[in-house]
Amino acid sequence: MSNSALSKSSVGRKVLMALSGFFLLVFLLQHCTINLLSIISKDLFNEISHFMGTNPVVQIFLQPVLIFGFIFHLGMGIYLEINNKKARNVKYAMNKSAVNSTWMSRNMVITGIMIFLFLGLHFYDFWIPEITTKLVQQDWSGLDASGEFRYWAEVNHKFHDPVRVGIYCLAFVFLALHLLHGFQSAFQSVGFRHRRYTPLIKKLGNIYAILIPALFVVIALAHHFCCCSAASCAP
Amino acid sequence: MAANTGMNLTLKIWRQKDAKSSGKMETYQVRDISDHMSFLEMMDVLNEQLIGEGKEPVAFDHDCREGICGMCSMYINGEAHGPDRGVTTCQLHMRKFKDGDTIYIEPWRATAFPVVKDLVVDRSSFDRVMNAGGFVSVNTSGNAQDANAIPIPKEDADKAFDAATCIGCGACVATCKNASAMLFVSAKVSQLSLLPQGQVEAKDRVQKMVDQMDKEGFGNCTNTGACEVECPKGISLDNIARMNSEYLKASTK
Repeated sequence: MSNSALSKSSVGRKVLMALSGFFLLVFLLQHCTINLLSIISKDLFNEISHFMGTNPVVQIFLQPVLIFGFIFHLGMGIYLEINNKKARNVKYAMNKSAVNSTWMSRNMVITGIMIFLFLGLHFYDFWIPEITTKLVQQDWSGLDASGEFRYWAEVNHKFHDPVRVGIYCLAFVFLALHLLHGFQSAFQSVGFRHRRYTPLIKKLGNIYAILIPALFVVIALAHHFCCCSAASCAP
Repeated sequence: MAANTGMNLTLKIWRQKDAKSSGKMETYQVRDISDHMSFLEMMDVLNEQLIGEGKEPVAFDHDCREGICGMCSMYINGEAHGPDRGVTTCQLHMRKFKDGDTIYIEPWRATAFPVVKDLVVDRSSFDRVMNAGGFVSVNTSGNAQDANAIPIPKEDADKAFDAATCIGCGACVATCKNASAMLFVSAKVSQLSLLPQGQVEAKDRVQKMVDQMDKEGFGNCTNTGACEVECPKGISLDNIARMNSEYLKASTK
């Protein structure tokens, strides 16, 4: 038997894409849930953020796994796209792909790259300052100069800028488009297809793909319009 | 019989002298085309016209002209086998078009299906995928038992039959944005692995056929579902999921 390793075959690669996709779906749900707390309870958000930011399991194990999972998903997606372009060396003069497939399914690499570009801004906004505080300044207290937790105030401050809020909201639209195909596609890729459950998975996927990005939009807009930095305005 | 509607059409057809030449789209006019004609009959009219003018007729694959052989491979107005559903090009009728239409006619486009001449492509890559494992290695000479002696669940028999209706025309490859052959290969894997005689070699078969599919240069499936929509035999995406599952099990055995 030759070339049976999962990472070397087309079927194996799509399975690995799906598995990394499942992992990112779970992460996204967790991220959205914690962010949602920022417009419900300032104190609870601060406490959970501090826990996530200082817990050794999260910081030493889960964070690198997450970064690897994301880079793998993106890298493999681009690699497959390049291979797929080679599989058709001459394009059709006329091609009506819209009659047999969705825009989302045909443009996963575009929506994926847009999400990647957004993550550059997201890392610049939150991850790099966080890493600088912890690893360069060696400050793991999570407290600001006044002795209060800094997490909620930092998030809130970032969303004062309307341009940033606009970019975030646009990125969440691309995220929704990516998920509308990606969620149900991942189940197909790992070979799970069932007469009864597949229609449910597709419905669940559509709900997830709309709801999660919509909640991220709500959170960004809530911080921009409703939650000012003053303590009296904070939830 | 209805009167001849006498459609006048503009045809934009891919012309390519041979596999080594570079081709281009050329424009032809055909007149008085009956809406009762099949698409291939319309092509016959064009070719007679071209021969009468002393020009090279358009080369295209065809054989049974009743939707069984899978030879007639044409990408018509941006769709494999044209705008109708569940039909091959020979079953596509000119009533699907109207007078004055411009029709684009191209060969299947895939690196693994190189153009031989005009609209004829070399689909021997499918044969090599089948040769890699699309069979049952059972010596049946003289001692084959009656097939009905092996009980097979009706649901499995139906699924195997549905998969076996794949005629290997290549429309799935032609229409897939990635030129993936997953629908074809998965149908062939399924029709054998769903039945008892084929289950013995199921693990080896799926690995060998997928390996050969990759070697031929087909693209990776991204689950757009276009293949299922354009397949003239309605081969289901269920087969791809089944093949993915079987490949996963075979690779982790």
